[in-house]
Amino acid sequence: MSALHTKTISELSSLLAAGEASSVELTADVIAAIDAGDARIGSYVEMNKKQALISATAADARRAAGENLPLLGIPIGAKDLLNVKGQGNRCASKLLDGYTSPYTATSVARLEEQGAVILGRMNMDEFAMGGSNENSAIQPCRNPWDTTRVPGGSSGGSAAAVAADLAVATLGSDTGGSIRQPAAFCGCVGLKPTYGMVSRFGLTAFASSLDQIGPLTKTVADTATVLQAISGHDPKDSTSLKVDVPDYSQALKTDVKGMRIGVPTDYFSEGLDADVETAVRAALATYESMGAELVDVSLPHSKYAIAAYYVIATAEASANLARFDGVRYGARVDGDNPVGLVKGTRAAGFGPEVKRRIILGTYVLSSGYYDAYYIKAQKVRGLIRKDFDEAFEKCDVIAGPCTPTPAFPIGEKSDDPLQMYLGDMYTVPANLAGICGMSLPCGFSSGGMPIGLQLMGPSFGESALLHAGHAFEQATEFHRARPATSTEAS
Amino acid sequence: MTDFVVTIGLETHVQLNTKTKIWCGCANGYGAEPNTQICPVCVGYPGTLPVLNREAIQKSIQAGLLLGCKINLRNKHDRKSYYYPDMPKNYQITQFDEPICIGGGLDIEVDGEKRFVELTRIHLEEDVGKSTHFDACSGVDYNRAGTPLMEIVTEPCMHTPDEVVAYLSSLKQILQYGGVSECNLEEGNIRCDLNVSLALPDAKELGCKVEIKNMNTFRGIHRALIAEIARQKKALETGCEVLVQETRRWDDDLGRTESMRSKEDAHDYRYFPDPDLMPIVLTEEEVDAIRATLPELPEARKARLQSELDLPEYDAEVLVADKAVADFFEATVAEGADAKQASNWIMTEVLRVVSEGDGEITSLKLTPTHLATLIKMIKDGAINRSGAKEIFAELLENGGEPSAIAKAKGLEAVQDTGEIEGFVDQAIAENPQSVESYKAGKENAMQHLVGQVMRFSRGKANPQIAIELLKSKLDA
Repeated sequence: MSALHTKTISELSSLLAAGEASSVELTADVIAAIDAGDARIGSYVEMNKKQALISATAADARRAAGENLPLLGIPIGAKDLLNVKGQGNRCASKLLDGYTSPYTATSVARLEEQGAVILGRMNMDEFAMGGSNENSAIQPCRNPWDTTRVPGGSSGGSAAAVAADLAVATLGSDTGGSIRQPAAFCGCVGLKPTYGMVSRFGLTAFASSLDQIGPLTKTVADTATVLQAISGHDPKDSTSLKVDVPDYSQALKTDVKGMRIGVPTDYFSEGLDADVETAVRAALATYESMGAELVDVSLPHSKYAIAAYYVIATAEASANLARFDGVRYGARVDGDNPVGLVKGTRAAGFGPEVKRRIILGTYVLSSGYYDAYYIKAQKVRGLIRKDFDEAFEKCDVIAGPCTPTPAFPIGEKSDDPLQMYLGDMYTVPANLAGICGMSLPCGFSSGGMPIGLQLMGPSFGESALLHAGHAFEQATEFHRARPATSTEAS
Repeated sequence: MTDFVVTIGLETHVQLNTKTKIWCGCANGYGAEPNTQICPVCVGYPGTLPVLNREAIQKSIQAGLLLGCKINLRNKHDRKSYYYPDMPKNYQITQFDEPICIGGGLDIEVDGEKRFVELTRIHLEEDVGKSTHFDACSGVDYNRAGTPLMEIVTEPCMHTPDEVVAYLSSLKQILQYGGVSECNLEEGNIRCDLNVSLALPDAKELGCKVEIKNMNTFRGIHRALIAEIARQKKALETGCEVLVQETRRWDDDLGRTESMRSKEDAHDYRYFPDPDLMPIVLTEEEVDAIRATLPELPEARKARLQSELDLPEYDAEVLVADKAVADFFEATVAEGADAKQASNWIMTEVLRVVSEGDGEITSLKLTPTHLATLIKMIKDGAINRSGAKEIFAELLENGGEPSAIAKAKGLEAVQDTGEIEGFVDQAIAENPQSVESYKAGKENAMQHLVGQVMRFSRGKANPQIAIELLKSKLDA
């Protein structure tokens, strides 16, 4: 069967269950697509072909033995910061060259238990720091809709591969928008779960209090399937929540009558691209026409979110990345003494953006500055959380723009980190508040680039996001659009 | 000569004897081959996360209660950042502003004077690995990384090296009694940082604080303090050197402290709450449950041994000094031995053997049951003292059953009256002068006659039987 790689998890699951395709065929088809098409995109930094085919064979055997799990035999890519035993985990950095993971991340292990085939490792901004994938030290990643443009970041490879049909689904991680923003730029679905829903064990930490792992897929239904598999308490992560995971398939309803959709008035302001605003307002009108109720909500402290985020995230990162010193693993630059070794290794191993953030984080935690920066940022964080608490008293989900602009040309913001940081303005608040958020396709710019609609829900509000997202998807065709070249491989 | 006021405060690191490490399931123990008790978590591999060992919390609370601290029902962990190859994450997870225990203290006695040493706090943190430097390279053993460590901080309230050693001895004793740490100095279970400053008697503030890092023997601590106090005193008196706030290290061979780094080079540790861990929230009930299981402390035990077993104060003090010794003693008494006899044997013979060897009393082949049997055999006259010592030596060497050893070595006393009677008759016949003296009322003569009986029997006659027979024959 041809073009298996272009299909969704739901479609493939039916084909596999009906015996019309095998996981080995499917996996081989995706590998062929990657071989033919990824040179253009650069979405994978490591392929795992041999092991993937072994896993696919095992999945086919499980199915032959009567198992019928939704992810059984489905190839999935993992962002290059998720540990998978026996694989590299470079985090798109030179510093982790030569490192081999001795263990597997809980989220990946759960996918493996469900029979998913872990296919390869997805490109990203180095140590998840960036919004364009331009900070990958391994290779550039390009937007499949226009390869002169960025795919977004930091989970750029995860989004680009799904959009280009080079992966059926991928895992990404989202610290300030790193799943949702590339999903918006590449025209796929990306969900950041509530903080603590998915175990962070095995996720190379950028900012521990903000990081969450989540799926990037072609449809909302597929996101529900992957989320179901990876969610739930993990005793290896102290911040993992002890809550029951709902049955997300039950959330995939098309009727939104009476659903209260919050419109964050503060998010339609200066800096929002006209095409994005038009597409998002049209999406809101669609919801209204489907019987949902639009309610204005105010998130007044969101304007401080970027400032607070770049204090908290960099502070945590400065400590989290301290372990990369060349002493125990990864690339090493030798020195005459331990200090020389550590300095040499870090000077040579980290890219400029990572260094910038480590220095920022070190600064804000320094004695004499801690109260003015870190403590103040934590107070802002509290206020942002309170804004959302109040907003969700009036609505079930909040719908607004995911990014201020569509994907921008490669190199456009490379020399202006502040402009790059401002690109996170709509996504960062959800991380600071710990709530869930999802981006899904809602239109195209005049230049033909995808535009993302961001839905945000309260803590544990994933079902509401999936409900609203699935209903929108069923009422529109945006998610079916594919970049022109995506299927050329087959 | 100016009389300076010496002020000393201590930060003492004590390893908890939990089964596993503080953040992972690796064994917590000393002496294994380098890097055999490690996992991705305690070596700080990317993506790993800490999960708190509840036993470490429980033992810290236990220590806090034994030391009279207030237990903070809400406490939390912070990251302390500095680079060192033996610290896998290049930050140490510790407790900065919300430690598990606050206040408390313990009694010490120096030169017959009792004093109270106040504690500031106890916080719970992780130990680091251990670096070894070779000719061409350095190596790090991470077995120790992640060992739960209590840092016990005193107020600047001590004034002499003797007080410091008394404080540490008392602390060690209490923690051993509490079963929270082995407190084995050779294995690095206890390590100290000493803060020393000198000031004029009428000074309103403490003098320039000097910290001496990482001391791990009581003798070294005592010597280092004497040397450092002398250095500071000389500097203040003669101006030969300007004292600065700094960190120094003790050179045991040279017998002096040396500068490591000054205040200007001090680390900025950039503490902040560890986002990988939730705050620890305890209930009064949990703390009370631990309080209910606290063991008896040395002072109380000493008093009990004196009152219940009628031991002299000296004996009681020697025995309780080491919990294992006191346990051995009480077990011996529980097996039926006379308390004073048991105390005599333990204080002299047993402790001599322990101090000569390198083990603890618990590692002897001799058990409390053996010792109790031995003491009973002497009392019953089944063996004499020299025989008992031979059996004791055999028990230490090979263990075994005391009466079986007595039999095997032919050390059993002669109990047969008929056989002893022969020796008695011989003694009376060969010592007419003693017989006369005895009959004239001189009790000493009896001892001489008994001695003769023992000589003829080669020490095996039961002396009680010999006395009875002598008396019955001579008094008739």
